[in-house]
Parts: sequence; C-alpha cells; structure tokens
Amino acid sequence: MQSLELKHRLTTRWTHWVNFPVLSLMIMSGMWIYWAYDPYRIGFGDVTLLHMFPDWFYKLSGIGKKLSFGMALHFVFAWLFAINGIVYAIYTAVSGEWRELLPDAKCFSQAIEVVKHDLGLGPLPPQGRYNAAQRITYTLIILMGFGSMITGLAIYKPIQLAGLTSLLGGYQWARFEHFWLTMGYVGFFGIHVGQVIKAGWANFRSMVCGYDLPKGAADAQ
Amino acid sequence: MLSNEQELARRTRRAFLALGGGAVAGMAGLGWLSAGPITEGDIPPNFRKVLGLNESAVRSALYSNNNLAPTFPASAIGKLKPNGEEGLEDELVVADWRLEIKPYGSAGVTQKLAIDDIKTLPLHDETIEFKCVEGWSTVTRFAGARLSDFTAKFCAGSERAICIGMNTPDGVYYVSVDMPSALHPQTLLAWEMNGEPLTEEHGAPLRLVIPVKYGIKNIKRIGRIEYTDTRPKDYWEERGYDWYAGL
Repeated sequence: MQSLELKHRLTTRWTHWVNFPVLSLMIMSGMWIYWAYDPYRIGFGDVTLLHMFPDWFYKLSGIGKKLSFGMALHFVFAWLFAINGIVYAIYTAVSGEWRELLPDAKCFSQAIEVVKHDLGLGPLPPQGRYNAAQRITYTLIILMGFGSMITGLAIYKPIQLAGLTSLLGGYQWARFEHFWLTMGYVGFFGIHVGQVIKAGWANFRSMVCGYDLPKGAADAQ
Repeated sequence: MLSNEQELARRTRRAFLALGGGAVAGMAGLGWLSAGPITEGDIPPNFRKVLGLNESAVRSALYSNNNLAPTFPASAIGKLKPNGEEGLEDELVVADWRLEIKPYGSAGVTQKLAIDDIKTLPLHDETIEFKCVEGWSTVTRFAGARLSDFTAKFCAGSERAICIGMNTPDGVYYVSVDMPSALHPQTLLAWEMNGEPLTEEHGAPLRLVIPVKYGIKNIKRIGRIEYTDTRPKDYWEERGYDWYAGL
C-alpha cells in the first residue's frame, strides 16, 4: 500500500497558521494608527476614486479609532510577526524547500497558463508542490513581509535608523510603502481564500494536518 | 494496520485539535496581555510592560546621541500645524514669565530665569522633520539654546539625573524625558520658529524642541524644569501613549 503523501511540513503549517491571527491583529492595529493621519487614496490628479478610508468604512466595520492602543498593540505583535516570518524563512532556506517555492524561468510563462486554467480557459500545466502562479505569488508575499518589517522599522525609529529611512525615500515615503504593502496583503487574502475554497477540502485539510491520500488514490476518488 | 483513509482521518483529527488548542492558547495569551486594572483612556499594564521592553531594547541596541535627526534645506520647510492647546489658556505676559528650575537633588526651585537670561546661551538653529504621533510630519526650522548648554550653565551637575520633567506655568500640560534624549545635541529650548519669534500657539516664549521624540514631548510655554531620578508624570503617557515615544 502506498503511504500518505506529505504536502506541507509541520513548520510550514504552524508558521502559516500563526501568521494568520498575528497579521490580522497587525492590520487592525495598523488601521487604528493610520486613521489619525489618513492621506492616502486611489485616484489621479484631482480625481479621488476611493479615499482610504471613507467614514462609512469605519462605521460599517465597527473597527473604531484608537491611536494609542493601536500603537501599543502594533509594537507588541510586531515581534511575533517578525519572529514567525524569520522562523519560516530560515526553515525554508535550510530545509531546501525554497527549491519548490522560488519561481524559475519557466514559471512566468506557465503562470499565465495557470491563470487561464483558473478562468476555465485551458489545461493546468504540470506542477510540483506549488504551481507556477503560486510560486510567484507566495515568493512575492514573503518578500512583502520582509518589506513590511523594513518599512515598519523605518517608521518606528526614523532617527536611530535614519540611513534605512532615507533609503526608503524618507519618513513619509516609508509610511506610504508600509500602508500599500498592507493593502497588498488584503488583496492577496481575498484571492487566496477564493482559491482555497475552489481547491476544496482535501487541499485545506493538507494545510492543517500536512497530508493527503497518495496521488493515485486521490485521483481515483 | 490502518488504511490510508483511517490514517488520514486520525491525523486530521489530531491536527484540528492541535489547531483548536493553539487558538485557545492564543486567546488566553491575548486575555493575559489585556488583563489588569486599566484607568480610563490608558492601555492594559502588560502592553505597557512590553513597550518598556521595547524601550530598553532600543536604548541599549540603537540609541546614541551621535545619531542625529536628518536636517533639510530651507526650501523643504512646510507649515507646522499648532496641534495641542493644553496649558496655553492663561494670558501670556512675556515680561512676567519666568522659567523655574529645580536642579537634581535640590529640595525646591532654586532659580527663576527671564527669557533674556536664557537668550544669553549660544544660539543653535536646525531644520528638522517635526513628527506628530498622529503620523504626519512637517519640516520646520527652530532656533534656541541646547538643553545641554542650558543645564551646564544654570544647574551644572544635573546631567547626572535620570529624567527631566517640564510643565506649563499653569501645570495643565507636563512631560518627562529620559536624560540621554534631553542632552541630545539637537534638543533645544527654542524661542524662534522658521526665522520668526515663536507665536503663542507654537509655545511662546520658550518651548522644547526634541527631534528624537514625537511632537507630544515637545512641550510649549515651559514654566518649570526639574531634574529627577524618578520619572515625573507625563500627560500623554497617562492617556495611553508610550512614555518613551522615541524616534
């Protein structure tokens, strides 16, 4: 009998599931901080398509406006966010799993085929643990996590780390970058959850318990 | 021996239990962090403890009085918003205004200085990015005397203090600052802003300009300075903000 197929190792699963509530808390407290000075928008010239964020957003989400507690929460959970991310990065580097994650040259053309497949327009190209679109996206999201940490440090200590802050374009640019990286996560989260729902239970289960039925058996189901 | 399906079901059960356990532990952790008596407007004491740990980490690993706030050309100067009117309510008569000093280790106020006494100190000017805790910042030029020069001239020896406390003449607004930040070369007792005498809304006749801290520490219309080895009370700390507030 073929044994169960290992899909995700323990460290990958735990850092993934720890990141979810920690990043959620970081985003929520980040909104409490951002609210006190909220100049960003989607638009061009004098046209504002969406002010980040309109009043109805605060009312509807019930998130409230708490700068001081937001800062406290942010500077407590930033540690967990950073440590968890660093543990994952070190594990992925040392275990060799980066080989399955980092996109190679083929990935960029294959990713288009993956997206076509997702839209019902073609077959899925052959893939390893992650498909081409996943390799690009997941690598990008890890780089964004690193970016959040770096831009965050630059806003947190813009004088003690003045070199870093100026490298990022200065204090206000670093804040701008930190904000839009976060909006990037929110966009990623929406697509990610949609894809997980679409992929079905066995895929979700493998992210929790790590295993799936052997390939042949799963296909026969 | 278990079939693959049974083995997977067993692993799935175990994993979901572990995930649930993790969630419960996480909620318990949040509960622990948020526990304890909170006065109105303040943050839970355990959050305050972590902020204290952050402060020690920053002070031992990063902070140095050689780390200067970047300075800017005059063309970068913006219009500084006069946030905060606490302690500025009474009518200001500059001729009657005095700065009271309570040096380190003394029982009470030993000197009362007029603005002209303070203006005898060497003038320094700096064009720095003034950063509000709300997140905005404005490049502003300030001129005045270094707090380190002031301390050396009017209360030598007070450099040994742990903290410095300042309040407005009416006592409505008050801040305290750690001594290294107070003695930072860019920390000024300022009487000029953007080449003009300080206006009342910006803290005439004398305000603290401390670029290594958020605006909340840059107290306006200082009435009294004391050098202490305990932490004098701080207006915004009492309202939930980090005491250190260092940049």
